[in-house]
Amino acid sequence: MSDEANKGLLSPLRRKLLMGMAAVPAITMLPRASFAQAPATSAVNTTGLAVTDTEVTVGILHSATGTMAISETGSIEAEKLAIEQINAAGGVLGRKIKFIQEDGASDWPTFAEKAKKLLVNDKVAAIMGCWTSASRKAVLPVVEQYNGMLYYPTFYEGLEQSKNVIYTGQEATQQILAGLNWIAKEKGAKTFFFIGSDYIWPRTSNKIARKHVENVLKGKVVGEEYYPLGNTQFNSVINKIKLTKPDVIFTDVVGGSNVAFYKQLKAAGIDLSKQPLLTISVTEDEIDGIGGENIAGAYACMKYFQSLDNPNNKAFVPAFKKMWGEKTVIGDVTQAAYLGPWLWKLTVEKAGSFDVDKIAAASPGVEFKGAPEGYVRIHENHHLWSKTRVGRAKLDGQFELIYETADLVEPDPFPKGYQ
Amino acid sequence: MIINSRFFNRSELTGFVVLAAVLFVILPLSLDVFRLNLVAKYLTYAFVALGLVLCWGYGGILSLGQGVFFGLGGYCMAMFLKLEASSVENTKIQSTPGIPDFMDWNQITSLPLFWQPFHSLTFTILAIILVPGLFALIIGTAMFKRRVGGTYFAIITQAVAAILTILIVGQQGYTGGINGMTDLRTLKGWDIRPDHAKVILYFVEVVLLFACIGIAQFIRLTKLGRILVAMREQEDRVRFSGYSVANFKIFAFCMAAVFAAIGGAMFALNVGFMSPSFVGIVPSIEMVIYTAVGGRMSIFGAIWGAILVNFAKTSLSESFPQLWLFGLGALFIAVVLAFPNGLSGLWADYVQPRIDRLFASRKAKADWNGNSVADGAPAE
Repeated sequence: MSDEANKGLLSPLRRKLLMGMAAVPAITMLPRASFAQAPATSAVNTTGLAVTDTEVTVGILHSATGTMAISETGSIEAEKLAIEQINAAGGVLGRKIKFIQEDGASDWPTFAEKAKKLLVNDKVAAIMGCWTSASRKAVLPVVEQYNGMLYYPTFYEGLEQSKNVIYTGQEATQQILAGLNWIAKEKGAKTFFFIGSDYIWPRTSNKIARKHVENVLKGKVVGEEYYPLGNTQFNSVINKIKLTKPDVIFTDVVGGSNVAFYKQLKAAGIDLSKQPLLTISVTEDEIDGIGGENIAGAYACMKYFQSLDNPNNKAFVPAFKKMWGEKTVIGDVTQAAYLGPWLWKLTVEKAGSFDVDKIAAASPGVEFKGAPEGYVRIHENHHLWSKTRVGRAKLDGQFELIYETADLVEPDPFPKGYQ
Repeated sequence: MIINSRFFNRSELTGFVVLAAVLFVILPLSLDVFRLNLVAKYLTYAFVALGLVLCWGYGGILSLGQGVFFGLGGYCMAMFLKLEASSVENTKIQSTPGIPDFMDWNQITSLPLFWQPFHSLTFTILAIILVPGLFALIIGTAMFKRRVGGTYFAIITQAVAAILTILIVGQQGYTGGINGMTDLRTLKGWDIRPDHAKVILYFVEVVLLFACIGIAQFIRLTKLGRILVAMREQEDRVRFSGYSVANFKIFAFCMAAVFAAIGGAMFALNVGFMSPSFVGIVPSIEMVIYTAVGGRMSIFGAIWGAILVNFAKTSLSESFPQLWLFGLGALFIAVVLAFPNGLSGLWADYVQPRIDRLFASRKAKADWNGNSVADGAPAE
């Protein structure tokens, strides 16, 4: 077989033909011989994006200032790390990634304004950004109108699906159901008390959790309370918890309120090593503010913990700390933000193009084997297949992995029976 | 009614011409649509600043709750636009098609009663003016009739701003909560999102702004305007002269509210978005800051204040994502410390005298009509 092939190659006519064919791309590449492996810009960018022969521009859009800066800084850092690593590995389709960073300033219309600036003025090929649901809801019409591509890192409430967004965090059913199943089985929990911040993510999450507790686990929700964002007085709800004595406290309190909540729980004498508490909103980042001693023993349910023991994570955590300092911690969302640039790179290479329509179409099925959380794959609905994990908070602010689902959990942003 | 022989004195005329030239000609010719749309956003705050000049600069009533009226106007407009964007075919994936998406997320299955009238554009336009106007009337009557003024009034307006924010955030099924109302698309079938629509909206807004400037200037020049100034300087004397101070204050406050509401409505149209982050205490204070930076005594100064401060906000945040808030803070401190009358004070002290001298040397006969008085000085 190989002999014949060799013979074929050596035949003079074929050789001439082959040389002629080889010359066609060779001539077009002559002026930029150093990027001989990169396909021509006109071929990979038909929609006027900021792609040159050597560079491609993406946008980073998070809050560097304002109340959300404390949460979003980790995402910015993770995205910059991913971009640096991708560039070190040769870039995307032979082009180095250049980024333009914009500040959403914790203000939702500013997010919309900056997203528009990135798409219209800077013509970025993709945006890594947004954190709160409110900022995503503000940016969504903009990326849809100007046909941009947004990689959104936060776990969120679901009920959304867009051609122009890849959701690299978990949607609510993915995150919650496995955790509730586990705690019901492990602790024999029958009664649950829900506490959340008052906006769409906790309300939707709790609605899903309530349906699951009542219809699937055949348990009972003995209380459901909401507090405004930034609330710091939880004494009345803590009294109610003491009165109702639920088997599990289920919380989705966000941001700075967490600090007050866990300190007041502890002060009220509720010992989290005896009273099971399952949170879906506290990552290593939040524990930094809460203090490990105030939350030790609580269970958190999400897809990533800094302490995960796998080869990808063992490379990721030191790389992150090397770039951003030994004291930084890495939470669930930070890891999800790290996935954004990588998934985009892999999708661009699969599509062989930077065009947003082609990326949107090529996204389903893209898999990233180097994810710190293990392995992820993009679903047809632009969310990720991922495992769900339960960790127990330790005194040092890290989580100890207690349980993980055997298989990847399918993302289901419009869950039937949970609406 | 005593009206000055001329509608504008010379310094105001210069201000008017400069502003008109910049807004009607220079900016539309020199900026791309994206930047022009940003200017349209800044101008929505100019309406608020204009109202604050009337009520704070002239009437001496410091309101730290203008965000309330901006928000009410904006929400009225946004409700109309949201209803139009939530047609049955646009919302088929919802469990109840035909209602706004956030209602569906909050398990509301039919359109609430108070949303129903917002199907009508006429009603919406009336509501944009009347809802904030009436609300201001109620607050104003309750406060001023009891002679609550000054600091106490400012604190109460802050409280109202806080209450309204909590109400909007808390009632998310009816208001969209902290996310606000997003994804506004068409006005009576006319798509407000493409570039040409943005240009048209910009010009509509500029025309409206000049109409409001006209109204404000008219109020200033009538006896009413003089009473407002007199009230600010010596409230008791005005009262002893037989005027009902409360009624004049209520009037100024209502006018400021209506101007702010028009700004809010234009905001919803231009930005395609409305959220409680424009209603609360912080944006309300920011609105007072624009006015102070521009010069609270001067209609044109305050408008420039609103435009320039917001422009600085955008450009500083683009160039220095991490540091821009410090820069902005420094700008405020510098302006307030060095030029207590704001930019218009600077203009009146340094620029205007030169222009006057130029004119005076050309024209032998000096014009007595107030060109030596600083722009917006109380006693003119």
